[in-house]
Amino acid sequence: MSTTLPLGRVGERVKRVDGIPKTNGEFAYSSDLFAAGMLWGHTLRSPHSHARIVEIDLADALTSPGVHAVLTHEDVPGQKRYGLEFPDQPVLALDRVRYFGEPVALIAAEHPEQARRAAERIRVAYEPLEPLVDPERALEQEPLHDERWTHGHGYRDDPRPNVVRHLVIRHGDPDAEGAVSVSGVYELGIQDQAFLGPESGLAVPDGEGGVDIYVATQWLHVDRDQVAPCLGLPPERVRIHLAGVGGAFGGREDLSMQIHSALLALHTERPVKMVYNREESFVGHVHRHPARIWAEHRADADGRLVSVRMRILLDGGAYASSSTAVTSNAASFACGPYAVANALIESTCVYSNNPPCGAMRGFGAVQTCFASEAQMDKLADALGLDPVELRLRNALAPGDVLPTGQRIDGSLPVAEVIRRAAALPVPELEPLPREAIRLPGGAGNTTRGEGVRRGVGFAVGFKNIAYSEGFDDYCAARVRLREDGSAEVHCAAAEVGQGVTNVILQVARTELATDDVVLAPHTTASVDSSGSASASRMTWMAAGAVQLACRAALEERERTGGEVDVERIYRHVRTSPLDPETGQTTGERSHVAFACAAMRVVAEVDVELGLTRVVWIGTAQDVGAAVNPQAVEGQIEGGTAQGLGLALMEEIQTQGGLITNASFTDYLIPTALDMPPVESVLIEDPEPSAPYGVKGVGEPPTVVSTAAVVAALRDATGRELTRVPVRPDDIVGL
Amino acid sequence: MKIELTVNGEQREADVWEGESLLFALREKLGLPGSKNACEQGECGSCSVLLDGTLVCACLVLAAQADGHDVVTVEGLGATGEPHPVQEAFVEAGAVQCGFCTPGLVVATVDLLAHSPQPSEDEIREALSGNLCRCTGYAKIFDAVRLAAQ
Amino acid sequence: MEVLTPRSLDEALRLKSENPQAVPIAGGTDLMVAINFDRIRPNAVLNLNEVPELRGWSRANGTLRLGAGLTYAEAMREPLAGLLPALAEASRTVGSPQIRNRGTIGGNLGTSSPAGDALPPLLVAGADVVLASVRGERRVALGEFVVGPKRNALAEDELVTAVELEPASAAETFMKVGPRNAMVIAVVSLALRAGEELRAAFGSAGPVPILVRAPRDDADAFPERVAEAAAPIDDVRGTAAYRRHALRVLTRRALDRCLA
Repeated sequence: MSTTLPLGRVGERVKRVDGIPKTNGEFAYSSDLFAAGMLWGHTLRSPHSHARIVEIDLADALTSPGVHAVLTHEDVPGQKRYGLEFPDQPVLALDRVRYFGEPVALIAAEHPEQARRAAERIRVAYEPLEPLVDPERALEQEPLHDERWTHGHGYRDDPRPNVVRHLVIRHGDPDAEGAVSVSGVYELGIQDQAFLGPESGLAVPDGEGGVDIYVATQWLHVDRDQVAPCLGLPPERVRIHLAGVGGAFGGREDLSMQIHSALLALHTERPVKMVYNREESFVGHVHRHPARIWAEHRADADGRLVSVRMRILLDGGAYASSSTAVTSNAASFACGPYAVANALIESTCVYSNNPPCGAMRGFGAVQTCFASEAQMDKLADALGLDPVELRLRNALAPGDVLPTGQRIDGSLPVAEVIRRAAALPVPELEPLPREAIRLPGGAGNTTRGEGVRRGVGFAVGFKNIAYSEGFDDYCAARVRLREDGSAEVHCAAAEVGQGVTNVILQVARTELATDDVVLAPHTTASVDSSGSASASRMTWMAAGAVQLACRAALEERERTGGEVDVERIYRHVRTSPLDPETGQTTGERSHVAFACAAMRVVAEVDVELGLTRVVWIGTAQDVGAAVNPQAVEGQIEGGTAQGLGLALMEEIQTQGGLITNASFTDYLIPTALDMPPVESVLIEDPEPSAPYGVKGVGEPPTVVSTAAVVAALRDATGRELTRVPVRPDDIVGL
Repeated sequence: MKIELTVNGEQREADVWEGESLLFALREKLGLPGSKNACEQGECGSCSVLLDGTLVCACLVLAAQADGHDVVTVEGLGATGEPHPVQEAFVEAGAVQCGFCTPGLVVATVDLLAHSPQPSEDEIREALSGNLCRCTGYAKIFDAVRLAAQ
Repeated sequence: MEVLTPRSLDEALRLKSENPQAVPIAGGTDLMVAINFDRIRPNAVLNLNEVPELRGWSRANGTLRLGAGLTYAEAMREPLAGLLPALAEASRTVGSPQIRNRGTIGGNLGTSSPAGDALPPLLVAGADVVLASVRGERRVALGEFVVGPKRNALAEDELVTAVELEPASAAETFMKVGPRNAMVIAVVSLALRAGEELRAAFGSAGPVPILVRAPRDDADAFPERVAEAAAPIDDVRGTAAYRRHALRVLTRRALDRCLA
């Protein structure tokens, strides 16, 4: 077979540079690493969701065979707490555990089994405390944290206990009356990123008191800036290197085993490898916030939105992670991509003893899109209007003002994505009889057509690109241009599977007009921060930085001749915080740019058994300009699958804060028999402020697909289906 | 305990703890980390190998059960510098993103095409239903299988 | 931990009698999960993969004998699939191709989970479980073999060596409900054989799979009878109310299929 795709320039379909090594087993993921003399690290975790630690007795564990170290919070030499945004999370539990699976002690041993047996011999005396598990009651219960970690950061300093952030966006006159009004209460369960490569890595002491950590992460430099203070080391003595990342989706923004492995490595003076198993992975990272949303939409007789009122309650779990930003995002996109003159959006995130939540693909917009799009369908129904027509009448466009007061000045082709998605022809009904796997219930052989009804759903969503609210969001790139014309690019942008490695190479080839470009290993040691592979920002930011650095390198060579080595920082336009009282932007903008998508879904539902087969998905997505169309399609298809999973099957279940389904046996993600074909139309409306006009593409499909799939289910069943994942019970009406 | 087995055509020996899975032995004792450790409970297929020619999850085989048997891992499919056509098809079709599921899918696809050189759409989907992928939504994986079948 | 690997049935039985605590392993689809996740640490594991007597199936005097080591993949193949269609259908719903290549009927019996997919079709077929030890061989009706969730009538020195049953003489089918379209543990499952007598057996709707029988003429009332025979619970996979409801629907559909 021939390989026909060239290693290309910006805009071309390009084969992944890491493709072959990933297909033949050569690509080294963070769990594949090995070092001579290495030990295995293991984490002892809390079996309680809330408890006081009375005593920890390590004596038996220390004498357990093969054990080289057993560490607790007392062995943390530097800061005892860390956090992505607020240092509220103990490296190892201090006197209290606040969630199921919280790390309490660490063991290093020669074989993982020896580490497990030693862990069993650590005696922790817990005094269980009543867990706070109902977010609606969080504000009236004892505070879970003694300090108000999120106060004093420019948010509204809410005096009530357990508030992570409370944001109110008031826009126009929210009491304005419409001809029709619809309301509803919506709920979303906890979704897990369920990346396939578990948290893992290798820490190697450098023999001089410093450490090298090889890990799968989304942001090397922010890892370093959290790890070093806890180790009591200056940042340059902690070097973080990107090992192969087996998926991320937000779940690797926060630290997992980074500090732990380094502590063990520095303590034992041996390399230490840590690999979570799947059960541990479920407590090893933050999840998508579960939410409860109360919504009221008012419209005039023509279907123009008059007012949107929404109250959003997010359960942040035990620690803050990125909850403050999720709270704001949920509010920012609460109205959907529609022009609304009047709105009152109240978004609150609370601490609880449930699993900690933070970033996951879609980041707050998924939750409110689900509620908002259900409301739009209700409104269409109440007005007797076609749901697509209703959306078109309200579609946001450049020049419109968002509820935060920000005027949209970049590209946002909402009407076009709606029209293009709505124009995609849906497949005809397949005749019966059919193979079982082409019916709801699939391989389970539960129907031959009995009870099966077809439904078509439509949804639209949008989301911000890059970090918002005044965050200093930048990306560095360094280019070494040799005399022979070849180039080496350094950029710490994490390749998490999205294909940013190719983007970097495509940009460098385009700018330097040569194919002779290599990308140096991603590390904190040779280049400044890239920012996070998050928020649909990495393609834009890395492209911007590499473009700047390449152009600077060419100029420098023009000037000096010979080999040049330049580093440049790229920043997108500055954003401003939201006013803590009104939720209005305090400057021109709080968000950098936006991307939208519309999706049409055909589903077949066995209404007697409550089982579903999604038959077909068609989508039109605003992608700015596609750097690599094949990779863009891949993001759309994969992002859609994650939203479909939330709609139909994915939920971390808890009881008293304890996770009851921490396995791939009981936390189900879509299989090859659950995903339909996805027909995607790429709308290329270049973003004026972005390099090459690009936009991030990873999140919009996830934002919109949960809403679109459930809309199809509603159409098939006639039921309201206000909670995701939709359970068979909800469909059959039990 | 010591086990002896044939891996990718080579006679190999490993010293394993009795409770170790074949997956752990391959990855940590035999220097073959290509088979992946995504779930270790038979739910994701990322550790798929051929055991005496049969597609199995290496995480569910006790290493000791492989003693005296023949194992082919993803590392054994293509020659150095010469990828297997299935591996090429996965790259060509854009079926690889994070790639953690890819080795298992490649082995499962090789097995599928060995039994059914021209599989139907339904056959492909059912044959790969035990290989979870979190990145791609599967569409480009099906493309890769069809491409490899050509 | 010790791994015992007998090369014959006699040796396996001897080892089991000498090491009654040894946990048998065949396909490993249940036991390895427990070992990988540190849920059990048996002193010894009895590896049955090398015991030729447990493999395959045979037919003598009309009776089918399925070796304990028969895999789901083998149960899906002709001619066995034609002789026991519900078992073949059930096997197709088990896990993935990888699991079906490894998992065995004997393992499903040994585990005795209420969700064991092979159990309902074997129950409607009136299967006997063949148990052997150094003391000899005995046959126990499947309905008496499984005595509770993951508990069965095996003595500590015994192994499941085979299942004996008659080929299907009447139409039969199997259905399994799960929240996604492949790779699920049964939320509820049902096997039905519609001969002179209606025989339905369900899984995941009580502590053990249950067989319900009725005269063929009572087909109309049968779905309700099956649902009433269930004793389901609420768990992470589904609710009791749903399971009972689904059993009613499945039984009606199975009757339509088999009586058509």
